[in-house]
Amino acid sequence: MNEEAILAKLPGAQAVADVVAPKQSFLAALGTWARNQPVGAVSGLMVIFLILVAVFAPQIAPFDPVETNYGAMTQAPSVQYWLGTDQFGRDLLSRIIWGARTALFIGFTSAILGATLGLVLGVASAYFSGWVDLLFQRIMDVFLAFPLIILAMAAVAVFGTGPDKVILAIMLPFVPRCARVVRSGALAIREMPYVDAARALGYGHMRIILRHMAPNCMAPYLIMLTTFLGQAILIEASLSYLGMGVQEPTAAWGLMLQGGAETYAETAPWIAVFPGLAITLAVFAFNLFGDAMRDTLDPKLRSR
Amino acid sequence: MTVVAEAMVLPGAALPAAAPLIEVNDLKMHFTIAAGIVRKRAATVKAVDGVSFTIARGETLGLVGESGCGKTTTGRCILRLENPTSGSILFEGQNLCGMDRGSLNEKRQRMQVIFQDPFSSLNPRMKVGTIIGEPMKVHGIHPNQKEREARVAELLSVCGLNPKFMDRYPHEMSGGQRQRVGIARALALKPEFIVCDEAVSALDVSIQAQVINLLEDLRDQFNLSYLFISHDLSVVRHLCHRVAVMYLGRLVEIADADELFNNPLHPYTQALLDAVPIPDPELEKGRTHKAMKGEIPSPINPPGGCVFHPRCPLAVDSCQKEVPQLRQMTAGHWVACPRV
Repeated sequence: MNEEAILAKLPGAQAVADVVAPKQSFLAALGTWARNQPVGAVSGLMVIFLILVAVFAPQIAPFDPVETNYGAMTQAPSVQYWLGTDQFGRDLLSRIIWGARTALFIGFTSAILGATLGLVLGVASAYFSGWVDLLFQRIMDVFLAFPLIILAMAAVAVFGTGPDKVILAIMLPFVPRCARVVRSGALAIREMPYVDAARALGYGHMRIILRHMAPNCMAPYLIMLTTFLGQAILIEASLSYLGMGVQEPTAAWGLMLQGGAETYAETAPWIAVFPGLAITLAVFAFNLFGDAMRDTLDPKLRSR
Repeated sequence: MTVVAEAMVLPGAALPAAAPLIEVNDLKMHFTIAAGIVRKRAATVKAVDGVSFTIARGETLGLVGESGCGKTTTGRCILRLENPTSGSILFEGQNLCGMDRGSLNEKRQRMQVIFQDPFSSLNPRMKVGTIIGEPMKVHGIHPNQKEREARVAELLSVCGLNPKFMDRYPHEMSGGQRQRVGIARALALKPEFIVCDEAVSALDVSIQAQVINLLEDLRDQFNLSYLFISHDLSVVRHLCHRVAVMYLGRLVEIADADELFNNPLHPYTQALLDAVPIPDPELEKGRTHKAMKGEIPSPINPPGGCVFHPRCPLAVDSCQKEVPQLRQMTAGHWVACPRV
């Protein structure tokens, strides 16, 4: 092939190739973002703190979270037990630290699974359009008709309790919510010439959906994912509180509110206050972080 | 040139000795507009309404007309990005309409498309090397990654880009460079036929010239056939062997490029050519423009008879009733108007 002859005709091509596109360093970009989204930055730090606590729970926790000590029941916060002990003499701080592990593990797994399944279904629904889209969307409508917690409880009733079943139950109501939002973006992506090009090149449906359309629907996906994190933690706590989630003696925030909270509300309020505070802070952090993500990635969704 | 001799194939006529690469017969693409809860048919847009033409191997057919006349839809139908309402599209004698996905995807390796907008025709999340290499991977042409990368580098050089661009994302490139990537992707499967849908319209004039030259070089190098869809008449005249003029979903005139530009017969073609400015202020000053009256009618409810009659200077009463058919005036020069 006479490449050189053709190249020679295009004097600009070679010179342009050597010009490197200016790139902002990752840290500098992060700094700019933190200045524009101070609330987002603070909540982001809290999220990172929670993740670190969850990961290093065995190293941080001063006591074994499940070991009972009948010599130290319902003790008030002290130098030895920073946040006090519960009715079985278990250290509350250790249980909250281990509870972060439960909350974040279930929260992240169910939010990621739910959002990802929603992404694929939403993009597929938009891609196939026609009667497939109609059918998918009506099924989604049925699921959307139930509030999050009701659907999760119904799912637990069907599947039973245990961490894996709880993840499945929390994931389920997220799927249609993510699918609906992703679909509206994917409908626009479907009409992009690069999707036409992919069809003209004879690619399979799965390749077009997963490799060409889904990566371009990342903004709504990430926004939904971060909002789901806070909601998942709250649903997990609610289910555990109702006895439908994680079972004793595992450390879980919702579980810690159960039992001891009512009986000892007046004599030992710290048993209920500190786990409640942990839930509040975690949900708050994830929700604010989700809002900042949304504002950054897609300002058009602000009104939602 | 032998190419031009082959190009004398008559639209809609029986197969000549050398069969054309593409043969479109009475192609119709009607879109229905649904309304209401029960989605009943509210209106039909006749985007393409009975178009027939052929394209020979190595030939470039220009398809011109104003916005909304159905040029792009015709191209999309040939690529089967739309399902035509009726008519047939023969690729080497095999009808693409009604073909199942498997055989269609096999044919799709041999016909490709270059889009107008170089900014939306490349997947923004993929590197240039992946964009060009993916078709080969999918169709199992170069299963070995090393071989595939070598081929991608070769395609980039053929299209006048440095092979280093392989590791770039499309947003790191200029419009002209992206359009070259689009061309390289179209060439990846070694096609015989390429639909160029306004392939240079979105580019700066200086870049346009480079890309047109590139398309010409590639045509000669690989014996490609183009369907060159454009509204830019000077580009069409430069690049195309034959030109077809479309108006409101129908062909009004089809002829060799030189013949059409020197001797336009249909009043619409004449008006279209008259609208092209002459790049000489002195000559331009002395010219009287016969601007067309009115606007292009809606394809939802097109005028009866000849669709051009409301704007036609030659129209008589019979034009409102009879749909004019293409008839041959001189060899290879067809026109759909009984009044010329």
